[in-house]
Amino acid sequence: MNPKKLGLAVVLAASVSTTVMAEEQVVNFYNWSDYISPEILENFTKDTGIKVNYDVYDSNEVLEAKLMSGGTGYDVVVPTGSFLERQVQAGIYSEIDHSKLSNYGNLDPVMIEKITRHDAGNKHNVPYAWGTIGIGYNIDMVKERLGDMPVDTLDLVFKPEVAAKLKDCGITLLDSPAEIVSIALNYLGLDPNSENKADLKKAETLLKSVRENYRKFDSSAYISDLANGDSCVAVGYNGDVLQAQGRAEEAGQGVNIGYAIPKEGTMVWFDLLAIPADAPHKDAAYKLVDYILRGDSAASISNYAYYAVANKAAEPMLLEEVSNNPGIYPSDEVKANLFTQNAHTAKFDRLLTRAWTGIKTGR
Amino acid sequence: MSTQTGSAWVEGSGSRLAKYNIFKRLNWGRFSVIAVPMLWLAVFFFIPFLVVFKISLSETAIAVPPYTALLDWNLDEAFINLKLNLGNYLFLFEDSFYIDAYLSSIKIAAISTVLTLLIAFPIAYMIARSKPTTRALLLSLVILPFWTSFLLRVYAWMGFLKKNGLINEFLLSTGIIDQPLIMLQTDFAVYVGIVYTYLPFMVLPLYSALEKMDLTLLEAAEDLGSRPATSFFLITVPMAMPGIIAGCMLVFIPAVGEFVIPALLGGSDTLMIGRVLWDEFFLNRDWPMASAVAVVMLIVLVLPIMMIRNSQGKEEAV
Repeated sequence: MNPKKLGLAVVLAASVSTTVMAEEQVVNFYNWSDYISPEILENFTKDTGIKVNYDVYDSNEVLEAKLMSGGTGYDVVVPTGSFLERQVQAGIYSEIDHSKLSNYGNLDPVMIEKITRHDAGNKHNVPYAWGTIGIGYNIDMVKERLGDMPVDTLDLVFKPEVAAKLKDCGITLLDSPAEIVSIALNYLGLDPNSENKADLKKAETLLKSVRENYRKFDSSAYISDLANGDSCVAVGYNGDVLQAQGRAEEAGQGVNIGYAIPKEGTMVWFDLLAIPADAPHKDAAYKLVDYILRGDSAASISNYAYYAVANKAAEPMLLEEVSNNPGIYPSDEVKANLFTQNAHTAKFDRLLTRAWTGIKTGR
Repeated sequence: MSTQTGSAWVEGSGSRLAKYNIFKRLNWGRFSVIAVPMLWLAVFFFIPFLVVFKISLSETAIAVPPYTALLDWNLDEAFINLKLNLGNYLFLFEDSFYIDAYLSSIKIAAISTVLTLLIAFPIAYMIARSKPTTRALLLSLVILPFWTSFLLRVYAWMGFLKKNGLINEFLLSTGIIDQPLIMLQTDFAVYVGIVYTYLPFMVLPLYSALEKMDLTLLEAAEDLGSRPATSFFLITVPMAMPGIIAGCMLVFIPAVGEFVIPALLGGSDTLMIGRVLWDEFFLNRDWPMASAVAVVMLIVLVLPIMMIRNSQGKEEAV
């Protein structure tokens, strides 16, 4: 090769690599497992040239432990409302500049308003998805044991004489003290966010009276247990139960799963996008959040994960089986009966955990 | 200024010289061999332990990181404030629940260790007494499970033990039982999991002790009229004792702090200290308290081990 040409080639190569360097933008996104359709991230990279480092977790506690140690390098994370509430107090998140989010107007104002309970003025969050905690059940097994008794009631798991009939086929509850205890308090007609010791005692007594009928407290394996017919009633997240329903259909073993929102009312939760204060790529983070707020992205998330999105622009693009599913998008009447759960004080958390261990181990 | 640095340098070089002499006496080769594992222990065990111990003396705070600093100082007002919070340790003894959890962990670990020993001894004995060619094969069979992830093997046990799992289906089809047995999510499953997982750690030290044994001792005992059972307990077991102790330690210590096996195979009512640690850390978000639980667990484990070591040392001296 002629030396001049070689020199040119080197210069060209160098200039190409510098432009690649300049364009090599990344955003580190830490999200729940199975919570976004992969094509959203692919399209985002195609449209903006920003590479997404995608990483997943399966509990708020794990996310919080990482964030609390500091220096995670994550740019976008997805905590649940009551967790975000406390994390904002610890100063983990940066304030969101809403003017940088051109699609923020797509969000449903009614739902946004509910989130201000966790984060005044929604200064640190952008809603991602929301859902309920309800009753997942094996339609045939429950019918066989309870006959025509309606299943949209927490009597199934909180009334000893009913739960006893279901004991042999397996009842599981989420292993989450804050959530189950507030649902129990609400069932007893008490304030689900009460930090009153006497109220906690009442919930503990209720749960202990039915404890012997429960097989397990579990927050992840219950999906496959329900899908395989290893359990017949699970108090769990709506999207999880609907996933179990899908898996059971695929397996074709004759397991039919249903999901019911209890008529006594239950908890509604919001998963929120937030940007840590020490996020290294804030500009890219805003671009990603704005992309997720697009109607087509939000619809794709809802269609994929079977959770609801609070996005008006997404509504026309939802699959019929999703938008018409009362387990995902409940009627306004049912919605009115849902409560949100606030973050507890550290002192009450300790009492709650202690009571929970007592309930679980029978001590 | 320059004289100060100068004298410091002279001092430094003097002490360096002194150290050099010590090292010369110490024998460089031996020192460098010991230095690597010592450094490893210091960096990956001792320093992390000090960090945990430090956190256990602080208080929780809603901050990053979520606990208070032990030291705070103000150079303008010239004070250093050291604040040690012993409350976490006191609280461990106030609520009987923590002691229950420690005792329950020790009980589960002790029972599993005995069961492992009972199963491992015949296996090790058989391997040690078999022909050298088959011995290599049998040993590799003991190690073979390590080729698969520990987590996968525990999940495999879930498949065996569950209500419509392999064991129940076999027993139902042969008509031995007519109702499926509930085995998963019981203490039974925890024992199965621990014994299965830790079996190789017991077999290998037992094997190495038994393999070294001089078989002519048994012949001599027989010649003198000892019955096989008597010679087993009077000769084989004492000679295997170093292997028994090493194996029991290798099983007991990790079993006390075991978290994964009880979480996957145990029921919600299996109380173990690993679970309590998890709850303190993640549910109460109380890192100092979780650290105190961990420090006490270490003490609970280390003290008996040191006692055993001490008594062994004395025996050897005698």
